[in-house]
Amino acid sequence: MTVNVRGKVLPLLAASALALGVAACGGGDSADDAGNTGTSDLSGELTASGASFPDAYYQVAIEAYAEVAPEVVINYNSTGSGTGKKEFGEGLTDFAGTDSLVGDDDPVEPGSFLYVPTVAAPITVSYNLPGVEGLQLGQETLAQIFQGDIETWNDPAIAEANPDAELPDTPITIAHRSDGSGTTTNFTKFLDEATESWELGSGDVVEWPSDSQGGEKNTGVASIIQQTEGAIGYVDLADATGSELVFAAVENADGEFVMPSIAGTTAGLEGAEVAEDLSYNPLNAAGADAYPITAPTYILVRTSYEDPQTAELVKAFLTWLLTDGQALAEDEFFAPLPDSLAEQALAQLDKIQS
Amino acid sequence: MEFPLTQLDRAPASDVTTPGRGRTLDRVFGGASYGAGLLVLGVLALILLSTTWEALPAFQHSGFDFIFGQRWAPNNPDLPLFGTLTFLYGTAVSSLLALLIAVPVSIGIALFLTELAPRWLRVPAVTVIDLLAAVPSVVFGLVGILVIAPAALPLYQWIHDLVVNVPVLGSVFGPAVNGNTFATAGVILAVMVIPIITSISREVFDTVPVADKQAAYALGATRWEMIKGAVFPHSFAGLVGAAMLGLGRAMGETIAVTLVIGGSTQIAANLFASGNSMAAVIAQQWGEASGLHTSALIGIGVVLFAMTVLVNYSARVIVRRAEIRMKGATA
Repeated sequence: MTVNVRGKVLPLLAASALALGVAACGGGDSADDAGNTGTSDLSGELTASGASFPDAYYQVAIEAYAEVAPEVVINYNSTGSGTGKKEFGEGLTDFAGTDSLVGDDDPVEPGSFLYVPTVAAPITVSYNLPGVEGLQLGQETLAQIFQGDIETWNDPAIAEANPDAELPDTPITIAHRSDGSGTTTNFTKFLDEATESWELGSGDVVEWPSDSQGGEKNTGVASIIQQTEGAIGYVDLADATGSELVFAAVENADGEFVMPSIAGTTAGLEGAEVAEDLSYNPLNAAGADAYPITAPTYILVRTSYEDPQTAELVKAFLTWLLTDGQALAEDEFFAPLPDSLAEQALAQLDKIQS
Repeated sequence: MEFPLTQLDRAPASDVTTPGRGRTLDRVFGGASYGAGLLVLGVLALILLSTTWEALPAFQHSGFDFIFGQRWAPNNPDLPLFGTLTFLYGTAVSSLLALLIAVPVSIGIALFLTELAPRWLRVPAVTVIDLLAAVPSVVFGLVGILVIAPAALPLYQWIHDLVVNVPVLGSVFGPAVNGNTFATAGVILAVMVIPIITSISREVFDTVPVADKQAAYALGATRWEMIKGAVFPHSFAGLVGAAMLGLGRAMGETIAVTLVIGGSTQIAANLFASGNSMAAVIAQQWGEASGLHTSALIGIGVVLFAMTVLVNYSARVIVRRAEIRMKGATA
């Protein structure tokens, strides 16, 4: 995908170089364009890299944005959040996508960036157990399964929540991400925060039980689950649906068993507490309909850009992403932000100095 | 130095030599190739130095546990653990298994091509095998995970049921839950190194003097006896070299192994269990790593590099010994 976009960049570079002078003058007075900030007048190039989790949505959004602002070329390279933050910190990119917050280890200077939440997506607990559908898993049970305390499917803890299911004595094979992943971070953070049993901590690489299996990216985990009778794993909704996996209903904070869905995710976002810097934690959020395992994702932008042109482009793109762009999310199995959060995110963009 | 030249002494008219400038060109050429040779060494040294430097924090953090530790827990809040023994084991098992399969097959192919195949078949067969070497490794990986792994599962289970009560075999060929195993990785790697080992073995067999072979036949040897008595002793050193090149390739192979080895952090005697290899771990975890974790991943690279050098060096020692023995025999 990146290669495709790059192909377009070179010829456009020449054009945008010419247009630069014009746009720099015309950038400010384009706000009279209906609703949006006159994006069609903008031209230039933005490079970005980071989280692969929202990549599918970002690519679709960037493609759609090209129709709104044909002179703007945006490259989003899905390198993973860690690399994204690193490249952003080194000034190689104009904005970065990340699933995790900026930590002490990350080479990004505190205070030099802002979080802009974009979309969120549910992480499913998918399994392969022929003949068993609509499995319900309690939070503690989930933790015990994923750290290897529960070893077979007919364990009393599972049976208790599923009185109607005929559970076989198949051994449980845990499928997890072998690559460092924000999906792992969010899934383990949920288990860590919500349950007492969980002892493996959280992070983008976790020390899973030794006989568990790792798959590359969501698709790798999905294929392990597909190919292994008795497997259980965590996969984002888009890939779980694409691979036709069966997923379990997970117990939420209110004690209800909820199937992963876009509606359930947005319900979870509404119940989440948003911090002042707009980082928020939708995991195990309150609300009867809220699906408890929801991964947020952010775009990091600089508080000030050296080039006012770049600041203008970033603002325009993100403004579009948080308004018209939100409608594209659902088709890619991502949940749009609830209105309140989207408004806060838009307000965040005003803090960018140019 | 005035000597009357005879017709024979006169250099034939050609543009091979440039009178007068020969020396200078010689020196320039000598310098250039010297430089090229040193450049390789320099690059290698630079790689080793810079990676070791980057990996130093992780080495200092883990000490000997970096190589002998079995726990890999970069997220451990108080004390991240970086023990790579399980990955070392995965790399060793999968590449040795690959060698075990690939060497006999490759030598068979090479013998067939040099000794048995009809002339018209040689060129197309060689082309096909060389083509195998040109297939990108990710394609092998995809074939492995989409075709071989699912197809091999019933086979693994059948083998396991067959030997389940035999003491050692029962645990080496243990239970399998899916096709992502050490064994699958070994098979895929074998297919990948066969072209390398075959083409070198073929060239080695080609160097066996025809006189040796004819002599063996003259003594009444059958074709197999001739191969055993004349071809193998002459080519032993070359075959070891070929196998070691294959091993080096197998140890460093990343993406194909990543896809089929299963991604577990464990040391298991069971070939039908999942594991992970050094190169695979680096590739998997690089994108999201930061700080000490990054440095530990580079550290794995340093260890892998050292292992490859060690393997190559020991291969060279074996080859040299064999050569000395061979020269003794021919003298």
